[in-house]
Amino acid sequence: MTALRLFLPVMLALALWQGAVTLLAMPPFILPDPLRVAGTLWTSRALLADHAMVTLTEVLAGLALGAGLGWISAVGLALSPGAARLLRPLLVFSQAVPVFALAPILTLWFGYGIGSKIAMTLLIIYFPVTSAFFDALMRPPAGWEAMARVMGGSPARILWHIRIPAALPGFLSGLRLAAVYAPIGAVLGEWVGASRGLGYLMLLANGRAKTDLMFAALLVLAVLTLALHRAVDRGCLALEARRLR
Amino acid sequence: MTAPALRLTGTARVGGRVLFGPLDLAVPGGEWCCLLGPSGAGKSSLLHLLAGTSGAVTLDGSARAGDGAPLAGRVALMAQTDLLLPWLDLCDNIRIGARLRGTRPSRAQAEALLDRLGLAGMGARKPGALSGGQRQRVALARTLLEDRPVVLLDEPFSALDVATRLAVQDMAAHALRGRTVLHVTHDPAEAARLGDSILLLAGGQIRAVAPPPDAPPRAPDATATLSATGHLTRLLLEAA
Ligand SMILES: Nc1ncnc2c1ncn2[C@@H]1O[C@H](COP(=O)(O)OP(=O)(O)OP(=O)(O)O)[C@@H](O)[C@H]1O
Ligand SMILES: [Mg+2]
Repeated sequence: MTALRLFLPVMLALALWQGAVTLLAMPPFILPDPLRVAGTLWTSRALLADHAMVTLTEVLAGLALGAGLGWISAVGLALSPGAARLLRPLLVFSQAVPVFALAPILTLWFGYGIGSKIAMTLLIIYFPVTSAFFDALMRPPAGWEAMARVMGGSPARILWHIRIPAALPGFLSGLRLAAVYAPIGAVLGEWVGASRGLGYLMLLANGRAKTDLMFAALLVLAVLTLALHRAVDRGCLALEARRLR
Repeated sequence: MTAPALRLTGTARVGGRVLFGPLDLAVPGGEWCCLLGPSGAGKSSLLHLLAGTSGAVTLDGSARAGDGAPLAGRVALMAQTDLLLPWLDLCDNIRIGARLRGTRPSRAQAEALLDRLGLAGMGARKPGALSGGQRQRVALARTLLEDRPVVLLDEPFSALDVATRLAVQDMAAHALRGRTVLHVTHDPAEAARLGDSILLLAGGQIRAVAPPPDAPPRAPDATATLSATGHLTRLLLEAA
């Protein structure tokens, strides 16, 4: 069923692609046709897999760190209303800075290797995770908190036993969003300066007019992003279902 | 543990509008008091004022214990909604108060309480797998385990079938003997059965109604209980 739902749109996209190539009579170094890209995908599979592994590592590390830091920040803000009032506008402001503009600085600080890409990924997902979780923490369903106060719970224990578990769906929706953003962060980092990764490979292929390789790398990136999104989504759903059953 | 009396005096407002009062409500220490009244009369608000969780409802007056000491820490409140935490199993739901205070009563105690409420062997279930009446009994168990001298119950038996309701009423009456209980109910028969005293909140005023002479819990089909039920029903019809 899922396969069929995917099959038609994919076929449509391929047909449009092939149509554009044929109708506009594009030379292969501008827009290669699907078959040619498929061929490159196959012949360069080892190369693509190699670079994909690097990008995937950056994405997963950035995702784990960003989710962890976002979790800690949101809980910290929820614990101290004063800090929340002070830091919340700062957080929003930090989001107004186009993060990719920071990529060169991150490369300067964290080096040419994997570190700066992880930092970039982390920066991109930190805000969605923190704010989704924080908002959920600040809006616990009515009644639970009042009940907990009558029972004599301290604010910290109410946070731990009631507000955090109640806000878990908020954290998970932040995480779902983060799974979509994370590959963007990693590839941005690679574009600015790297010697490995799908972003690097795309730039390299582009520079050498190997447009088919660039498209192949792009496809791998898209599949990776979709797979990650799906895996995280499934994981979140399973977790939510299991803890209520 | 001596159970203090409860006293609420003054006028309650919500959003500038008078909800009830000025009135003077008193529940003697150690007694079970039933509070009846039309929907929207302010019964739940009154309980929340006593529990200190009133939110939008403000009281121009006082809600306190007869002995002058603060009520905080001496009250257990069973709200009109069950407020079960869907991610905890029943035993952990019942014990949430202890956890929030940083202690940990035994699971066996919680299981025993479930057992007495007709929910034997269900301690490991999550609230999502329960019927409405089962959820209500878990909320009652949680309130009983709090072991407080003052207990405020908001429609604690409303979702139960007749047979279960009578059994759970008996169980609660015994478990809470000697405590000060303020029990909000819509059911005149319930008030006639359980109340040491019976109050009617209608038109913003409190009015005391004489309970049957014998000690609660009374037989539901005893003549005195039935006639008190009839009398209360009439009063409620007049108040509507
Ligand atoms: N937070 C609030 N904001 C505005 N109005 C409120 C609020 N809480 C209660 N009210 C109003 O106060 C009145 C009394 O509410 P309350 O819940 O105390 O009634 P009740 O006697 O318990 O009714 P029921 O028998 O239906 O439970 C209602 O008219 C309700 O709309
Ligand atoms: Mg009510």
